[in-house]
Amino acid sequence: MSSRCHVSTRKGLFTLERGAEGWRIVRTSFLGDNVTLTANDERDGSLYAAINHGHFGVKLHRSRDGGATWQPIATPVYPPKPEGYVPKTPVEGTPADWSLKLVWALAPGGTDEPGALWCGTLPGGLFRSEDHGESWTLNRSLWDDPRREQWFGGGADHPGIHSILVDPRDSAHVKVGVSCGGVWTTRDRGATWAPTATGMRAEFMPPERQFEPNVQDPHRVAQCRQAPDVLWAQHHNGIFLSEDGADSWREITGVEPSTFGFAVAVHPHDPKTAWFVPAVKDEVRYPAGGQVVVTRTRDGGRTFDVLREGLPQQHAYDLVYRHALDVDGTGDGLAFGSTTGSVWLSDDGGDSWQRISAQLPPVYAVTFER
Amino acid sequence: MPTVRFTRNIQRHVECPTEEVVGTTLAMALESYFGSHGPARGYVLDDCGRLRHHMAAFIDGRQIEDRTGLSDPVGADAVIDIVQALSGG
Repeated sequence: MSSRCHVSTRKGLFTLERGAEGWRIVRTSFLGDNVTLTANDERDGSLYAAINHGHFGVKLHRSRDGGATWQPIATPVYPPKPEGYVPKTPVEGTPADWSLKLVWALAPGGTDEPGALWCGTLPGGLFRSEDHGESWTLNRSLWDDPRREQWFGGGADHPGIHSILVDPRDSAHVKVGVSCGGVWTTRDRGATWAPTATGMRAEFMPPERQFEPNVQDPHRVAQCRQAPDVLWAQHHNGIFLSEDGADSWREITGVEPSTFGFAVAVHPHDPKTAWFVPAVKDEVRYPAGGQVVVTRTRDGGRTFDVLREGLPQQHAYDLVYRHALDVDGTGDGLAFGSTTGSVWLSDDGGDSWQRISAQLPPVYAVTFER
Repeated sequence: MPTVRFTRNIQRHVECPTEEVVGTTLAMALESYFGSHGPARGYVLDDCGRLRHHMAAFIDGRQIEDRTGLSDPVGADAVIDIVQALSGG
């Protein structure tokens, strides 16, 4: 099981380690700063942290010593708009500004492409680095696709790429999840892209447009490492499952207490096992009945366990953001953090939970070191 | 020569000492400054070269007008202040 976990929060990065007496916070980094995401590159052990300074913009940092020290690296830069360019207005919101608003996804490339990184951003840009983040290039094929201009914000004012899934069998095969723009797939390392959200349903659209792939709002998409054709999505409208590499999706219904939420994690070896942290749907967004629970399926979505041992069951209003639930490489270790600053870990696949802290800053992401 | 000085808050992230620069517009003056303090650029300007949304610039105490092109004139002995806009929190 993983013995280290990084918690990205509104006021810094907190590193947890498993010791003889259980998990505890062993280090703080960037204290006071808005750490929006942390990624672990298990190919070389590097850590990457995204920071949104607000006034001073978005920055990226890299650590090569497990988070003891950090060095600034390049931040993705959008190219200038072409002369005479007139942006199209998406279905909701305003045309995308060609300017970085937020780093929303960081993913290492395949094992056969050391140093390669993917970065998803608001407003809907996908960048790639070949040199461990020393420089970044916007993927123009996706950015210049006219359908990209139809993406729109879900919650944020800008659309964003929040999930990047590199197929462990073929590093040229990559999927991205977009709020709101569905799921897109490349099989040639980003040279060409196709929307792959058929079957997803967007209740927030007019009836005749609810099944359009490009308007879907998957909040988070997760891929089974050992069976990469199985993908789970926590969508704005519920839970969706694909068993054919995102060629098609089907909705999983009837899950109590709710199918609304932001986060999803899938077992690295068992594609039928996935975890969610539900909330009352979308107008209010708090745990049903003020009770924090995790839902888990072990049979591909036919049935779900409602896991609550160790989780607060009275007047708890913790919301768990899309990057704030993670599973380790064994599938037994789980962690999640909430908007009200609680962090829980489980060593038994979610059967029971230990609260590490109840007073951290709002949690944006948790990341196991693998 | 014009002088550029920065809010203390930014110094926590990137070194921005007060310095004399050359240039007759804000854009030229900042370009001169970033020539010797490159890492500061991304903290003051966004990736389109605009003054960041929640930053403010003053020339001799007068708030600038052109946040996009930074074309406001800079006198030979002007003092340029780069500060945080309170609107950003």
